[in-house]
Amino acid sequence: MRLAAVLHVLSLVLLLFAASMLVPLAFALGYQDGAWPAYAKAVGTTLLAAALLWGATHRAGRELQVRDGFLLVALVWTVLPAFATLPLLLQLPALTFTDAYFEAVSGLTASGATVLSGLDRLPPSLNIWRGFMIWLGGMGVIVLAVAILPLLGVGGSQLFKAETPTPMKDTKLTPRIAETAKGLWLVYFALTLACGLAYHWAGMNWLDAMMHAFTTMGLGGFSTHDASFAHWNSPRIEAVAIAFMLIAAINFATHFLAWHRRSLRAYRVDPEARAFLGVVLASVLGVAVYLVWDGVYADFGTALRFAAFNVVSIATTTGYANADFNLWPIFAPLWMLFLCSFASCSGSTGSGMKMIRAQILFKQVFRELLRIIHPRVYNPVKLGGQAVENNVVFAVLAYVFVYVSCIIVFTLLLTLSGADVVTAFSAAVASINNTGPGLAQVGPASTYAVLSDFQTWICSFAMLLGRLELFTLLVVITPAFWRK
Amino acid sequence: MKIIILGAGQVGATVAESLVSEQNDITVVDTDPARLRALQDRLDLRTVTGSAAHPSVLTEAGIDDADLLIAVTQSDETNLVACKLAARMFNVPRRIARIRATDLLDDPKVLGPDGFDVDLSICPEQVLTDYIFKLVEFPEALQVLDFAGGKVSLVAVRAYQGGPMVGRPVKEIRGHIPNIDTRIVAIFRRDGAVLPDGDTVIEDGDEVFCLAASDDIRQVMKELRRMDQPVQRVMIAGGGNIGMRLARALENAYSVRVIEHNKRRCEGLAAKLNRTLVLNGDATDEELLEQENIAQMDLFVAVTNDDENNIMSCLLAKKMGARRVVALINRRSYVDLLQSGQIDIAISPAQATIGKLLAHVRRGDMVAVHSLRRGAAEALEAVVHGDRDSCRVTGRRIEEIELPVGTAIGAVVRGGEVLMAHHDTRIEAEDHVIVFVTDKKTLPRVEKLFQVGARFL
Repeated sequence: MRLAAVLHVLSLVLLLFAASMLVPLAFALGYQDGAWPAYAKAVGTTLLAAALLWGATHRAGRELQVRDGFLLVALVWTVLPAFATLPLLLQLPALTFTDAYFEAVSGLTASGATVLSGLDRLPPSLNIWRGFMIWLGGMGVIVLAVAILPLLGVGGSQLFKAETPTPMKDTKLTPRIAETAKGLWLVYFALTLACGLAYHWAGMNWLDAMMHAFTTMGLGGFSTHDASFAHWNSPRIEAVAIAFMLIAAINFATHFLAWHRRSLRAYRVDPEARAFLGVVLASVLGVAVYLVWDGVYADFGTALRFAAFNVVSIATTTGYANADFNLWPIFAPLWMLFLCSFASCSGSTGSGMKMIRAQILFKQVFRELLRIIHPRVYNPVKLGGQAVENNVVFAVLAYVFVYVSCIIVFTLLLTLSGADVVTAFSAAVASINNTGPGLAQVGPASTYAVLSDFQTWICSFAMLLGRLELFTLLVVITPAFWRK
Repeated sequence: MKIIILGAGQVGATVAESLVSEQNDITVVDTDPARLRALQDRLDLRTVTGSAAHPSVLTEAGIDDADLLIAVTQSDETNLVACKLAARMFNVPRRIARIRATDLLDDPKVLGPDGFDVDLSICPEQVLTDYIFKLVEFPEALQVLDFAGGKVSLVAVRAYQGGPMVGRPVKEIRGHIPNIDTRIVAIFRRDGAVLPDGDTVIEDGDEVFCLAASDDIRQVMKELRRMDQPVQRVMIAGGGNIGMRLARALENAYSVRVIEHNKRRCEGLAAKLNRTLVLNGDATDEELLEQENIAQMDLFVAVTNDDENNIMSCLLAKKMGARRVVALINRRSYVDLLQSGQIDIAISPAQATIGKLLAHVRRGDMVAVHSLRRGAAEALEAVVHGDRDSCRVTGRRIEEIELPVGTAIGAVVRGGEVLMAHHDTRIEAEDHVIVFVTDKKTLPRVEKLFQVGARFL
């Protein structure tokens, strides 16, 4: 462990982060919303902190070992939100640090849970900053999931992919990580641009289109309006959102391959993408039928519209809403929360335990059943025509155990501190899956501001934990990690 | 003809054996002197010890004036390199290579003149797989052979009491199935061949060879025996190269189980096969067979590389109730010992696979040569060239052709159309003629018939 080297790299990341605050600064100047001094101060403070850290550690060099990577990743995702609070705190004096940190974590983990209300009256540049955090977070997550975590050997999906030559043709899409990151970001950037243009075409103004393109591609779910997508009440805008949410929830490595080879074959051979689209499509239809049957909506067309938007939004862990699904019969929102815990693909900006782990688990169940009938059978779990090694299956099992345990612990902690069961459970699930809105008190029509400080910190931690695929963060807090 | 055979393994040895009897100069190259010695003791040929891909070794084997190179070593790569060397350095006119990896066959460029310069590639495992696959499709047949690109089939069936034609003379078959053109080309009865004419009576237990258009085979077989239930469940003992190919070919249409004792091999099988049940265990393990419902199996195929194992597991499976058992047996003496015993079909891999190769070596323009009854008989598909003056077949009616005794022309394929041979069928140039030879000794004379001879010019 070389703490100094880790901190040195962190100082460089902070430096870049300070630069990213120039984006809202530019908007503040461009829109004349009077908020520019806040960003200037924030940039200054971050730069200063980065410089100090750099000065203190520059002798340590930048050479990191694999184990240092965990610490770096954990630090990046905990320290950056602290600095990201600066523009918020400087402009909203009523905001506590706890809530500001929650908002920043929610942004950088691309969750979309908010403690702010009166979004429509916020300075445009601040909304841009909130969206831009999500976009940055999504960018970080893609590279984290596709390029860095496999290197660290974390979790089932990464292990599986790192060892699998096909169908993904290796997660290392190009020989060097830097090249891979560049390629993925290019795809991410191009899709964001396309998304923004599509939103504008569908009827948003440029500012809203840009902000929502950021939060759609990051699968974050922050909006510039308290009413979220209900503000526009436009099926066309919703259709654009659905399309891009689905795209963003598919592995970016697959997008990259499809773009690189100029063929859609990559999607066809990606077993995760097929399962994801199938599950989401079936859920949309199922929920729509259920809503009509239960009498929430009179005609199927309306039910389909609301079911499609909200199911896709929650299943992809985005968190937009165009209806208060809190008022739907409880089965529908529970099913949506269930979906968000596994539907999105690994390597996407979505969160949760990822489709690939769900598939491995599901197949493992059938494998055990077959083994009861044929005791001597040799039937490995197979994904995309490739056998998954047993140690990967074990890793997935451990992951899911930790995942479920976390949900239970967070739910218990939230109820302990006074939340009702539905609020506690849904907040725990929505946080660890980086979804955003939960149910009851934290439903789509309200905000997380109702939670106590303790509960807010719990949710912040849950969001970080979920975003970093549990093990990355947990390993850093084990004693063995710090032993020399 | 001067022939160099690279590799003295099973395929190499069988090729050498069947060619040596046909007046060729044969040199066999292998790295293992013991194998070569064994071969030399048995057959009249020359041997060279060394790597088949080294020019010096090839030169020593006399490649400079060789007419044909047959590269059948274990390694695809060695075979490819040898062919390339033979083509580029030594100007060997014809080169045959055994290629196992399908990857190499996907793109014709690999084997083309700019690639490794291979004229003909053979894959014994694939040929065997096709052979067994046919037996699964036609569970009543002993053997099914394709001619004319699959348009015509020659099928060997054992006639059993209960078939409408059994006990009747051959000529009546036309009356039984009036709209199907078929021809019974040969009958083997108590190990003797009978070339049937219209009055020959089919007896119970006869092995009957019929030619028919491929779509009509089932109808023809129906006349000779009661039809079985179609195959649904297949168990394969041995997950080697053949077992795996077979499972892959069958798994989409049938319920397939493969038994393989090597755990590592099981992993490979399970990864490559999708619907097949891969079982780790011994095919001679009674308990395992019991557990996997051997009594319900329509077909049990033993394709391990161990003759004894194949025989034993087949006997066991048959005893435990498998409907039909097929064993792969390399040793010829075993095959003769077992056929028509408790094992329904014994396949000799060497005999089954050598046909394609032989077609290339024979004089005359042969498209296919199939070895039947363990090499005792042969079925040929020959292309007729020349005209009435230059060839002894062209332009003549079948009754005019001086066929050796024990030889029959079964069918003629003309421009995609199948004509069953009658005494007055006239053969034209470019026809494909399917000839059945019951006595191998007459082969050279048959070949000569189809050659365009200079003395007729």
